[in-house]
Formats: sequence, structure tokens, C-alpha cells
Amino acid sequence: MKRDISIETRALRRVFKGVPGAGDVVALDSVDLAIEEGEIFGLLGPNGAGKTTMIKILATLLLPTSGEAYVKGLEVSKNASKVRKIINLVSGGETPGYGILSVKENLWFFSQLYGLSRQGANERIKNLVTQLGLDNYIDTRMSKLSTGYKQRLNLARGFINNPSVVFLDEPTLGLDVLSAKQLRTMIKSWMTDGTKTVLLTTHYMAEADEMCNRVGIIDQGRILACDTPQKLKAKIASRPSWKIEVTPNIQELDTLKTVPGVIGVSEVSNIETGTSTLKLVLEDESVMSDLLSTINRNGSRVLNMGKSEPTLEDVYINLVGKGLQ
Amino acid sequence: MTLVSPTLRDEITANMRAAKARMWVRIKGGNRELTHYIAEVVLPVLTIGAYVILYKTLGLPPSLGAAVIIGGAMIAFWTNILWNMSAQWFWEKEMGNLEMYMVAPVSRMSVLLGMAMGGAINTSLRATGIILLGVFVFQVPFQVHDLLVAGLVFLLTVISLYGLGMVFASLYMLYGREAWHTNMLLQEPVFFLSGSYFPTIYVSVIPVWLQVTATLIPMTVGLDAIRRVTIQGQGLMAVWPHILALIAFIAILIPVARMALNYMENLGKREGRLTLRWQ
Ligand SMILES: Nc1ncnc2c1ncn2[C@@H]1O[C@H](COP(=O)(O)OP(=O)(O)O)[C@@H](O)[C@H]1O
Ligand SMILES: [Mg+2]
Repeated sequence: MKRDISIETRALRRVFKGVPGAGDVVALDSVDLAIEEGEIFGLLGPNGAGKTTMIKILATLLLPTSGEAYVKGLEVSKNASKVRKIINLVSGGETPGYGILSVKENLWFFSQLYGLSRQGANERIKNLVTQLGLDNYIDTRMSKLSTGYKQRLNLARGFINNPSVVFLDEPTLGLDVLSAKQLRTMIKSWMTDGTKTVLLTTHYMAEADEMCNRVGIIDQGRILACDTPQKLKAKIASRPSWKIEVTPNIQELDTLKTVPGVIGVSEVSNIETGTSTLKLVLEDESVMSDLLSTINRNGSRVLNMGKSEPTLEDVYINLVGKGLQ
Repeated sequence: MTLVSPTLRDEITANMRAAKARMWVRIKGGNRELTHYIAEVVLPVLTIGAYVILYKTLGLPPSLGAAVIIGGAMIAFWTNILWNMSAQWFWEKEMGNLEMYMVAPVSRMSVLLGMAMGGAINTSLRATGIILLGVFVFQVPFQVHDLLVAGLVFLLTVISLYGLGMVFASLYMLYGREAWHTNMLLQEPVFFLSGSYFPTIYVSVIPVWLQVTATLIPMTVGLDAIRRVTIQGQGLMAVWPHILALIAFIAILIPVARMALNYMENLGKREGRLTLRWQ
């Protein structure tokens, strides 16, 4: 059965004026996207890729330079007030609210911006507080909460109007592992009726892989690939992914990229052990000997190596030629 | 058949709820510490005292002392409007709240209205304190003959002042530190022009052009009217032009605030700095 389209963009483009002297910044460049009802869609890309710009346009906070953006069939730049009734937005790392109000009072306040009745508000607040593990803090002033709990409060706010479409901009940014897990569970249970849609952005590969039905990989304002994590990974399965542990870390990562047959490489260094892990996507295995001698010439020693199951990170390296970090 | 369609009714209900909630936050925030309240009542009374004593020493009529007390009370409103109303969107932006207001479906005017109502209530509590303390300490004469007209004049003055505050708030929405300087610039001249400490209109020593300029500030008109009905015991016959002027201020300022708000919001959305901080 084909589901209804919930979020759609057509040739969406946004240009920002650059700083004086520098050129303009193309934050989004002809983005075509269609997200169905019931999907958790992830926009995955590095800092500056255009993720927040995309979210802001869809959430009525920014106008596109050209192109169109629709939420539930409503063109967002022309129907801002209608769109605002059915959406909500959470920007990770932000902690809106009033410090002098308790968790419950803050949530009540947010509910009034959507005109909820007393009973309706109380019910939603009770639910959200439980789902986000805020029960013990319901009467605590926001100013007394830890950053993590303030963020939970912000997440609760994002669902206060029971929106049809939720935009989560890096929702787990700075969130501890437990809170992040709780958020994932909460979103999944909230999505069960099949009419809700989530568009989230992240630069955490694992998060996109675990949470999202579909992922769009975005870099420099363009969507480079868009599919389920499984299919994205399957597409590159023919190209071997290798994990190589070296010491000391590679100084000139670019020299590895110049080895013919190397499609992309990323490096994660461990300062404590003085080692670093290279992730490489190769044309085929024959590249290996060239690669190893280049590593050697860089003055690094291989400690460990092995083939790895393709991850979304490998997909990204495949497309962009470098890692996300 | 009903006059108001169900969707419109829902819309109105939602906006009223938002305004009420914002008012409640402001009242709660403004009155959480008794010490603040006391400071905000006692400090103005000290300034007022300086003028009252000066006027007494000069042998001026005691009614001038009463005029200064009223002026001091109204200054509390002007300060509240400049620092808590005009700068409010700026504060909300710094706190990360502006985005939350912008994605919500209720009108930003309702939010401003809530801020204004909360601010007016908070400041009325202070103004009352200032007047009571002033009268008690300096023993100046007040005489009110028409309580209804006095109430009306006061109410219209406060509404027009907060209307002006709403215009400022909208204009300041996209600005950061610059708003500060504008506030500083507006504070003292308005105290002076509006005649908070001495009358500036209907007095011959002030040049006519300055008097005319002064009447463009709702505070000047309101202050003169309030003094007439509370000190000189005058009634509707004396202050009906003031009442009409105040109504005109309100009729102009509120739509202008709405237009400014829409304009600034659109500008922000176009330039990409609607909710940007540190600009
Ligand atoms: N308000 C703005 N004014 C000017 N440039 C901006 C603005 N917002 C974003 N940009 C630029 O647009 C590009 C995309 O930014 P953004 O959408 O925030 O990326 P992401 O969220 O993926 O990190 C960046 O180069 C950024 O500097
Ligand atoms: Mg971003």
C-alpha cells in the first residue's frame, strides 16, 4: 500500500549572504525529497551540510530562495500558520523555557501556546513526563535541572501539541547515552499509529542507522543518496570496507586518498593509546598492497586489520571520499 | 446560526490562553522576591522626595509635590516598558525561547499582549506602593472627584504606553545590543519631555515646539490627564481631549505593532536571522 506523502521538497534552494568579501553560501541546492507518513527519516551529514537550513524552512522559520517545500500538502512559506498547528520542532542543545517555572509549569505554558484545554494539557504532560523519565522532577524548577534534564524537558515540549510532523535537529546533541536511548524508545512508541512523521538530522552514523527507516545523506547542500540504511549499505557491499589499526596516527591522510583504487578514508585517533583506526572503502582487494606500503612510507605501523561489515559510515565515505569527523 | 465559526472560535480561545499563560509567567517572575518589590517602591520614592523637598523649599504650591509623586509612579511604567517589554523578544532570543514562540501557531501579538498585561499588573502594584508611600511620607494633597474618569484615564494611559511598548518590542526583535543603546537614549528624554518631574505642557516657559513634540508621547498626555483628575479634582469636561488623544494613540499603536511584528518576522525569515543569536 502506498502511503501519503507527509513532507516534500521540490528543487529547494537556499542561499545565504556570505560575510563581506566572501561569496554567497549555497546551503541547499536543488533538494528533492519525499518523506512518507509513518517514517522516521534521517538527514545525515557533516557540519555545514545544510541540515538545519532544511529543518528551518520546513518549520516555517526560514524562507527558501527558490523551490517549494510542503508539509502535509501545505506549501510552508504561504501557509505558515496552518503548518505551525501540525508541527513541532526541537533543536538539540537548546533549552527553552523559564527557569523560575517547574517542569510541569513549563510544559503547561508550552501547551497554552497551542491553546490546549486544562484537561488535554494535563493528560499530555503526564504522558510525556513519564515517557521521558521526568517523573521525579515534575515540581523542580527548570533552573535547578541538569543540562540533560533540561534537554529532556525540551524534547517533551516538542511533543506537547501531539504534532503530526516533528522536526528534530540533532536531538541527541550533548545528550547522555541513557537519555538518548529513552528518546528513541519514546519516539518509536509515539509513532505506532502510523500517521506521524519524524524528520531528524544527525551527524551520528549509528543513530541514523538504528532509528531511521530511511536516510538521506547530505553534503554541501545536496542530497547524495537516499534510501533505507539496509539498501544503502547493500549498494556498497561489493566494495570492500576495511578497518586498519595503526600507530602512530597518519599525519597526511590525503596521501592515502591518492592511492589508486581507494575510494575514501576516515581516521579516528585514540589519544590515550596513541593508535588510530582507519576506515577505508576500496575499489577491490588488489589495492591493499599499495595501500600498506603507503602507510609504511607515512611512518606508521599496522597493528591490526580486517574486513568490516559495511556501515552507514562506509556509505558516506563512498559518497564523499572522507569521513564525517 | 452562530456569528463566530467554530474554527475561528478555537483560534480565539487558543490565543487567549496563550496571552493568559504569558501574563501568568510574567506575574510569577516579577513578584517572586519581596525584596525586589520593596526596592522598586522605595528607590523611586527617594528620587521623588528630592523634588518634593526642592519645591517646598522654593515655596511652590504643595500640589506640585503631588504631581511629582504621580510622575514617579508613571516612570515605573515607562521603565518597565523599555526594559521588560521592548527588550523582551531580545531576551527570549537569548534564552532560546524565540524559536519556540515562532513555531507555535498562536499570534505573536497574543504573546506580546500577555507580556503587556503581566507587566502592567506588576507595575501597577509598584505604582500603588510608590503613591501610598509618597503620600504617607510627604503628606501631599490629592483630590479625586470623579473616580470613574480617573480610572478610565489611567487605564487608557497604561494601554497606550504598552501599545508603544509592543511597537518597540517588534522593532527590536531582530536587533541585539543596538536595542540597548536605543533604550538608553529613550529613557531620560522621555522622563523629561513627558513631564514626570515637572509639567512640560500648558506651561509658558517651555517652547511651543517642544510642547507639541512632548504630546506625541502618550505618557505626556496621560500624565497631564491623571494629574488633572487626581490633584486638581477636575472631571470629564477638562480631560475629554486627553481621552480622545489616548484612544487615538491606542488605535494607531496596536495595528502598527502588528504590522511591525509581521514585517520583522518576514524580514527575519528572508534574511535567515529570525532566531539567530549573537548578531
Ligand atoms: N543564517 C545564516 N546566515 C548565513 N549563513 C548561514 C546561516 N545559516 C546557515 N548558514 C550557512 O549555511 C550552511 C549550512 O548550514 P546549516 O544548515 O546550519 O548546516 P548543518 O545544520 O548541516 O550543520 C553553512 O555553510 C552555514 O554557515
Ligand atoms: Mg545544524
